[in-house]
Amino acid sequence: MSSRKLRILVGKPGLDGHDRGAKVVARALRDAGFEVIYTGLHQTPEQIVAAAIQEDVDCIGLSILSGAHNTLLPRVSTVLKEKNADDIAIFCGGVIPEDDIPGLKAAGIKEVFTPGTSTEDIIKWVKENIAEK
Amino acid sequence: MGLADRILNNDIRAAARLMRDIDDGLESAKAELKQLYPHTGKAYIIGITGPPGAGKSTLVDQITAEYRGQGKRVGVVAIDPTSPFTGGAILGDRIRMNRHAEDEGVFIRSLATRGALGGISHSTGDVVNVMDAMGMDVVIIETVGVGQDEIDIVRMAHTTIVIMVPGLGDDIQAIKAGILEIGDIFVVNKSDRDGADRTARELSVMLEMGHSRDSGWMPKVLMTEGNRGEGIKALVTECLAHKEYLLSSGALNKFIMEKNAVILMNMLKDGLFNEAFRIVSKNGKFDKMVQEITDHSSDPYTIVENTVKGLIVTNRN
Repeated sequence: MSSRKLRILVGKPGLDGHDRGAKVVARALRDAGFEVIYTGLHQTPEQIVAAAIQEDVDCIGLSILSGAHNTLLPRVSTVLKEKNADDIAIFCGGVIPEDDIPGLKAAGIKEVFTPGTSTEDIIKWVKENIAEK
Repeated sequence: MGLADRILNNDIRAAARLMRDIDDGLESAKAELKQLYPHTGKAYIIGITGPPGAGKSTLVDQITAEYRGQGKRVGVVAIDPTSPFTGGAILGDRIRMNRHAEDEGVFIRSLATRGALGGISHSTGDVVNVMDAMGMDVVIIETVGVGQDEIDIVRMAHTTIVIMVPGLGDDIQAIKAGILEIGDIFVVNKSDRDGADRTARELSVMLEMGHSRDSGWMPKVLMTEGNRGEGIKALVTECLAHKEYLLSSGALNKFIMEKNAVILMNMLKDGLFNEAFRIVSKNGKFDKMVQEITDHSSDPYTIVENTVKGLIVTNRN
């Protein structure tokens, strides 16, 4: 009768308190017709993964501006694997130096969006890489 | 192993997936729900409703913590609105409940209304059934922020808690019909704010005026301060009192019968409609009917009458 509705978790791991970007992306994803589970600030990787599993999301979008991306993002990926949930993709956005991107991708982060990315690009990426999987 | 078997073996991912299948209207979900049905009917279901920003999510978080302290397993179904324009939604109730994220005795699921207007989604009842079958002792349903008339929760929950806050209007608001008739317990949240006592008083007067019903339960008005956890113990104690009243008075049985009658009626309606629509949609028949009505060569009353008659004849043969 019905088709699948895409569900995406948007959250902020770690300690920085800047959530404007995450909110803009959440809103844009909502306007693209997705269901966005917004978990807010100061999340541990374990909390993020537990929420993603209970909500049965297709992917997790993480916003990080604290500089701790090389620690926190791979940790989310590791916890997903530990919980047998690594079919859930991770993408991230924030102030992430170009040099760090290959390492993050090797650690299981599917895409990294740096400052200046338009919300249309993020939506397009989600449609092409998550919706059609 | 099917989803239902896995759920009965405490597989969280299977439960989360079945909830999604239910929400997405997959035909396969029915077989799983059939299998789970014998394992349902044990959970105590609490509904929490009230206007946007009244503090529903924060109170759900606090009530969950209180029940966890008693060693009970808690399921939460939190509902937020779907955009009527894009079909998308932002589900933000978890923000207030994150401290329970890693607690294996708590399962929280956010749902979007997906066009339903009664304050909950069409899938809510079935999602609650899954949590019930998972062995949750208590299931808390948080409705969307409601106005005056979104009262579907009352058929779903054993105990309905209506949350109010000070400053939303005068006492005439409190004697209007609708949401204020459905509470088994009333809560004035943000009780540290100006006007809280007055709001509580007005609610109490309204409840006393309306208490001519032959119901043996008199709803109380409690005060809470959700973000500090004030008044939560008293609220959970009052829930227990209501639950015991339902059991001892026989009202529980009446509630379940009425609830099941509504469920059955709605499912019959859906089932009959789907079957009728399937037949009517064949070979462009539906479009032809619309055309006939549009050019006035027939009318919708005759067409529906004949269609329903046709369905019954088909089924007799």
